[in-house]
Amino acid sequence: MINMFEVNETNDMIEKENLDVRTITLGISLLDCIDSDVDKVCENIYRKIKEKAANLVEAGEMISREFGIPIVNKRISVTPIALVGGASCKTSDDFVKIAKTLDKVAKEVGVNFLGGYSALVSKDMTHADELLIRSIPKALSETERICSSVNLGSTKTGINMDAVRLIGEIVKETAELTKEDDSLGCAKLVVFCNAPDDNPFMAGAFHGVTEGDCVINVGVSGPGVVKNALEKVRGESFEVLCETIKKTAFKVTRVGQLVAKEASRVLNVPFGIVDLSLAPTPAIGDSVADILCEIGLEYAGAPGTTAALALLNDQVKKGGVMASSCVGGLSGAFIPVSEDQGMINAVNAGALTIEKLEAMTCVCSVGLDMIAIPGDTKATTISGIIADEMAIGMVNQKTTAVRIIPVIGKGVGETVEFGGLLGYAPIMPVNNFSCDAFVNRKGRIPAPVHSFKN
Amino acid sequence: MNKTIITVVGKDTVGIIAKVCTYLADNNINILDISQTIVQDYFNMMMIVDMNNSQKKFGTIADELEEVGKGIGVMIKCQQEDIFNSMHRI
Repeated sequence: MINMFEVNETNDMIEKENLDVRTITLGISLLDCIDSDVDKVCENIYRKIKEKAANLVEAGEMISREFGIPIVNKRISVTPIALVGGASCKTSDDFVKIAKTLDKVAKEVGVNFLGGYSALVSKDMTHADELLIRSIPKALSETERICSSVNLGSTKTGINMDAVRLIGEIVKETAELTKEDDSLGCAKLVVFCNAPDDNPFMAGAFHGVTEGDCVINVGVSGPGVVKNALEKVRGESFEVLCETIKKTAFKVTRVGQLVAKEASRVLNVPFGIVDLSLAPTPAIGDSVADILCEIGLEYAGAPGTTAALALLNDQVKKGGVMASSCVGGLSGAFIPVSEDQGMINAVNAGALTIEKLEAMTCVCSVGLDMIAIPGDTKATTISGIIADEMAIGMVNQKTTAVRIIPVIGKGVGETVEFGGLLGYAPIMPVNNFSCDAFVNRKGRIPAPVHSFKN
Repeated sequence: MNKTIITVVGKDTVGIIAKVCTYLADNNINILDISQTIVQDYFNMMMIVDMNNSQKKFGTIADELEEVGKGIGVMIKCQQEDIFNSMHRI
């Protein structure tokens, strides 16, 4: 029988160390909403989401109450809209119409984000893909809860540099259209290389076409729990360090598995994956950078950071794999800058630069995330940063992403406030030497030689 | 319904157990196990209970117990046993 020590350990994790179920995401396929008339598509989408997600928020709150664990976000992911709207949208404004419908229904069912305003263009763009990408700035500036993503490359196809060039301009345009809110629109736009088949994580969430009609995915988080466990093994060997992370990851993931099973039962929707993502929030003690410091670094970004992060990410995955029947491939540590107080401190201390962050993304999930840069950064420079990150993903056969925010009207040394879970960020300097001639070449970077494996 | 764990934490005072148990008895909730300690004047109790015969919903009982706790200045938390089993038992 459960004893008092175990009960207290669990409750301390929840109350003092910010263990929470970060999100329950309901994936909904919109493929059956396709029509040749855009108004009909909007109507179909509205009706389907309304029906499938009617009880999502309520179920989340009930489960939270029963187990006494906070479930912070309830969210929805949908089939990439470039596919759903391909037959009906003749202009970018038609896509914006769909975005507004999604925003409206997201508000009505009470979810805080809806992801899937996406296009998958790792090899080339269809006309619809391009229309959707060009509609992103308007769609994100005129909606509140929609998240957008674009897959720009993969190990099998190479990097679509035409799309990379276009996205650089789109990021700038989105920043410009949302400049009143410190370019917040860019916080809802993420680009990928090797995007997984299905992704439940905002802002890059979408419901994969290989999935069924509906699926429930759960993400648990608790950087504070890992840090706290590591405080007890200061000065011990790497073996002890790794074992501690693994055990903690196991315990935390088990909670996710329980919540996922329960949500799947209550909503009568199949259960997809549990992800243990050490995803920080601006709350004190809820920081991935603090874990790195606990492992032995003065600041995140100091020499040794990449190795420490590699170790952390691997042990989290190993602990998670045994804890859940279906652990997600993106499990690991996330390193967004604005959402992590430890990262912000490191930037302010001069310990952490974009180049170091880029190196860190080689060994962790997922990429350059929530990085604020000066608003006068050129579109081609942004495309260059994206191309670098895509190349890391392509060559290392891993998912990488970029979510970067050129804050219009602000420069290095200033701070930008996004509010809520998105936090605040110091604006980081960017290497401004030109890459125009590189980015302006047409076509695609071919897939690397190891893509021929078959 | 599965077993439920009730935890009570707070500054020690007269009648904590009495008040909690009275509430449970009034609502037809059976206590299966109690363990209790006091650490540095802090009262720490864990109960394992069976709510199967109670007329009220889990959420209602949890809310009402929280209120009982506020009345005597302690924190009362009500959770399904599954969360602890998941975390601590393979």
